[in-house]
Amino acid sequence: MESVLHGVQGYMYPNEMELQWSILIVLYPFVTGLVAGAFILASLERVFNVEAVKPTYRLALLTALAFLIAAPLPLQMHLGRPERSYEMYLTPHTTSAMAMFGFVYLWYLLVVLLLEIWLDYRPDIVRLARETSGPLRIVYRVLTLGVYDLTEGSLALDAKVGRALTIIGIPSAFLLHGYVGFIFGSIKANPWWSTPLMPVVFLFSAIVSGIAAVLLLYMAICWLRRVKPDMACVDTMARYLLYAFIIDFGLEMLDLIHRVYEADESFKSLDFMVHTKLYTSQIILQIVVGTFFPIGLLALVQLVRLSDIARKGIYVVAGILTVIGIFAMRWNVVIGGQLFSKSFLGYTTYKMEFATREGWLPALLVMILPFVILWALVKLLPPWPDEEAA
Amino acid sequence: MPVDRREFIKGAGKLLLLTPAAAAALDYVMAGRPEEADAYKLADHWWAMIIDIEKCIGCGNCVRACKTENDVPHEPFYFRTWVERYHVPPKNVADPEAEDHPEVDSPNGGFDGFTEKYRTGDGSKNFFVPKLCNHCAHSPCVQVCPVGATFESPDGVVLVDKKYCLGCRYCVHACPYGCRFIDPRTSTVDKCSLCYHRITKGLTTACCETCPTGARTLGDLKDPRDPIHDFLRTHKVQVLKPQMATGAKAYYNGLDASVR
Amino acid sequence: MTGRFRDSRHLLRAGMLFGAGILVFLVARAVLVPKDFGTLGHFREGALADNRAREVSLAGRAACEECHSDVVDARKGSKHAGVNCEACHGALAAHATNPTVTKPVRPNPKKICLVCHLPNAAKPKGFPQVDPKDHGEGGACGDCHKPHHPELV
Repeated sequence: MESVLHGVQGYMYPNEMELQWSILIVLYPFVTGLVAGAFILASLERVFNVEAVKPTYRLALLTALAFLIAAPLPLQMHLGRPERSYEMYLTPHTTSAMAMFGFVYLWYLLVVLLLEIWLDYRPDIVRLARETSGPLRIVYRVLTLGVYDLTEGSLALDAKVGRALTIIGIPSAFLLHGYVGFIFGSIKANPWWSTPLMPVVFLFSAIVSGIAAVLLLYMAICWLRRVKPDMACVDTMARYLLYAFIIDFGLEMLDLIHRVYEADESFKSLDFMVHTKLYTSQIILQIVVGTFFPIGLLALVQLVRLSDIARKGIYVVAGILTVIGIFAMRWNVVIGGQLFSKSFLGYTTYKMEFATREGWLPALLVMILPFVILWALVKLLPPWPDEEAA
Repeated sequence: MPVDRREFIKGAGKLLLLTPAAAAALDYVMAGRPEEADAYKLADHWWAMIIDIEKCIGCGNCVRACKTENDVPHEPFYFRTWVERYHVPPKNVADPEAEDHPEVDSPNGGFDGFTEKYRTGDGSKNFFVPKLCNHCAHSPCVQVCPVGATFESPDGVVLVDKKYCLGCRYCVHACPYGCRFIDPRTSTVDKCSLCYHRITKGLTTACCETCPTGARTLGDLKDPRDPIHDFLRTHKVQVLKPQMATGAKAYYNGLDASVR
Repeated sequence: MTGRFRDSRHLLRAGMLFGAGILVFLVARAVLVPKDFGTLGHFREGALADNRAREVSLAGRAACEECHSDVVDARKGSKHAGVNCEACHGALAAHATNPTVTKPVRPNPKKICLVCHLPNAAKPKGFPQVDPKDHGEGGACGDCHKPHHPELV
């Protein structure tokens, strides 16, 4: 406790010295961002008929689902009274973005994701319900909801409904992660967070992280299955990643230019913070390593003709750097917003512990969980059943 | 022990027909003490506070009294109220446009008073500023609470429902004045309640009670005879961070531009 | 017609599942939301009573004056007349309710006055500030000044 006092420089209001939102709250927008981004990639094929990314359609949906299932965990772990969290559904305060988000989450999980995945996988589910033996058979039988018909009419209906769901799903994905941005952007008391650009910046950085994640996962799973990745698919994903990145970077630069130009009462304090406490995470990790390098690499691929192997290598490197950069961006928003005093006269330090409820060990486990869920989902609902012969 | 039938019907009847407040009042009446029944009417009050910076001597009585009265944890980062000391250095004659900002400190919130750190006569301006929850009429903390665990009472006090709070800490971020904190013992939010348990009984707040110079005074804006009306009329008062439009009801007399 | 219905059977079942879920939600809501929630605003009305339920620690000046009228008289005309009793004597609600059981502790006559009167650059001009090094020859303030009427020495 006393160490908190030692980490303070200048003046902070006495109640501000301890950080309120920890690494778990950094993880949460990171995870929901991957959800929104993966889904939008999937919708590219379904709605905008970008045929090239079809091989990743199902994987993108399963990725979105895995991360969405894991998303509430860091929130529950962070709450002072997690056993009361159901109150958000019983008496939601309609002026609170956090409360309304509970319903956006439910809508997205049940109506958009689960329904769409179920409809797309229904032929496979029915087949697996008939062919599997052992305990897993019960799972498939439940998933069929007792209907084993796969008539042309029903499949055509499924495709139509699925398409409608994807169309609804795009604004829903925007809402899902835009809302997280709004949770920060609407806090007038905190000048680091308060900007109308926040939901848009969050959304585009989500798209960037989601595409990068699916790109990396696709290549990793192909490598594990000893199957050659579809180069047209991978190249297209990389192109969309570059486009999204350029827009995202543009938005962040717009925010920065505004701040520097308007130089309001908070500017000096925030500027000092960026140059000292946030130097490594913002300038080095987010901007140089996490934005300039990946954009440079991806742009290189568009300008110079490279072999398949070279491109694959670049995509892996760019993908990893991107994911690191977007994580750094979440860190800089959440933690950065709490390192300076609202008196604009001081700063505090974030001391991350190791194995407490909000320490970095549980945070690491929370980050691993979605991959475990994804592995289970991929086993349960294989994205490429016709190629399983390999 | 089985509840006897009469008790049960009385209890159930009360629960069905009466609000909790009226049920409590009925208890008093039934016990033959009708005069103790709730005479406090929410609609008759709209609480505010006057803080006179020209009178504050930084003795720390208010900080200590508040921690005693409201059982606030004693560590140096949990305060329902605290006192800040401002040291505004004189303008640099050689370079008057140079960046300057006040030096502010609040050692343990002013709980142990302030040791002398500055000298008089060096051209600086020094003063104390007590801080507390401003009980905003358009409170941003109430706006963001996801479940309604913090709210503005009908008599103008922003309160916390400790039985309902999730400890999500959103309100702590939304408060521009830094007056909220998480009580480590309950993992819920806590903050100045304007000594609600006292003012509804006709007492004043603990901080106002112990202030030796009258730097802090409770006011009831709905009472036409309350001295706050005259005070607001005859003094140049301000609220903290007026640009946030929070409807703050802690009115400061003698508030300097350097106060954050 | 039947064919159409057959084609959408699975969708209808999914729809029924959703409907059941919504029903469960509505029932849970009816059962779990506190009965006094929302009566006066978006909060639990019982929270007002909860906030009023705290025990008082400071009695307040009026309670002291009920018994200690001699001190009231002693302070008449003094600058200290406006200083409430518990500002120096600490929280005394326990004493006010049980005067013989809980006895207040006498403030230290050498220290208590300095809480307010020790010099500090941030104190308002005109507020009496006394440096014990220059005043009182090392004795206690109470040696010369009556605390309830400090103008009298």
